[in-house]
Amino acid sequence: MHELSVVAGLFETLEAQARENKADRITGVTLKIGRLSGVVPELLESAFDMYKKGTIAAAAKLTVEVVPLRVRCRACGAERGVESYVFLCAECASPDLEILEGTEMILERIELETDD
Amino acid sequence: MATKDVIILADLLGTNKKIAADIRAALEKRGILAVNLLSSPGAGKTSLLEQIAIRLRDAARMAVIEGDIETERDAERIRAKGVPAWQITTGGACHLEARMVARVLPEVPPDSEYLFIENVGNLVCPASYELGERLRFVLLSTPEGDDKPKKYPKAFTTSDVLVLTKADLLPHLPFDLEKVKAEALELNPRLKIFVTSAVTGRGLDELIAFLAAERRSLAAAHA
Repeated sequence: MHELSVVAGLFETLEAQARENKADRITGVTLKIGRLSGVVPELLESAFDMYKKGTIAAAAKLTVEVVPLRVRCRACGAERGVESYVFLCAECASPDLEILEGTEMILERIELETDD
Repeated sequence: MATKDVIILADLLGTNKKIAADIRAALEKRGILAVNLLSSPGAGKTSLLEQIAIRLRDAARMAVIEGDIETERDAERIRAKGVPAWQITTGGACHLEARMVARVLPEVPPDSEYLFIENVGNLVCPASYELGERLRFVLLSTPEGDDKPKKYPKAFTTSDVLVLTKADLLPHLPFDLEKVKAEALELNPRLKIFVTSAVTGRGLDELIAFLAAERRSLAAAHA
């Protein structure tokens, strides 16, 4: 349950972005959350809704895009998704895999509104 | 009224990662091997550290940072072994963050050889937060059951070492040691595995030898 800590950090970035862009409010926030990021999208959404009250993003809609786990084998070059967390290449059984995506926790984009 | 879309692409844990990178650089420059210990509550992190303290005494200088939600109890246990220890109480947070460690760091003796950071007992959240460690240990005690690695994958995929603890209880438990090793290695083929007991001392000399070798290679890299 560290989603609230993650969201607290997110709001520091949101406030800074709003100031930088001279925006009056943030209306949309899109996150990319890897399946092996360690956070649960539903809990992030609850934490976001709890945290946003009284902030510049009070009316913001949160969109969470879940990113599946994908790896590339350094031995044979095969790229594929990982099911049931078996980190062995399905082609050549090598354990030397590079994680391409699926562990990230990224603020992808925001939608801002400015009066006048 | 104007609307605008801004692409940000910022890591939500970017601030923590940056502080962790600074801690790592500062510790490695001084040749201090930092180890972050993760496990569920009661798996035996503090008992393992007590045993390491007994075996390293006189041979090496170690320091310990203890993370807990409340109480000084773990730090007191470590100090009783003659090892400097600092307690971080998170007051409710389920994990340590790099900035909490950074606050204690100036107190760690600069001539330390090892710094152990015992995380809050929790097999989930601490896995997402780097603390500037060179090695991450995940502990799994035999009474917790042999099904844990696949249930808590991130703790195992992000660790360097798996320490199976309370091996003295194996005769009394339906715990399949080979199955746990195989599943942990499926999750993370780089994982080094030690089977230990703080009661009988099993596996502890091997673990100490491993730590000493890691510490030597760190010192050599920064000599």
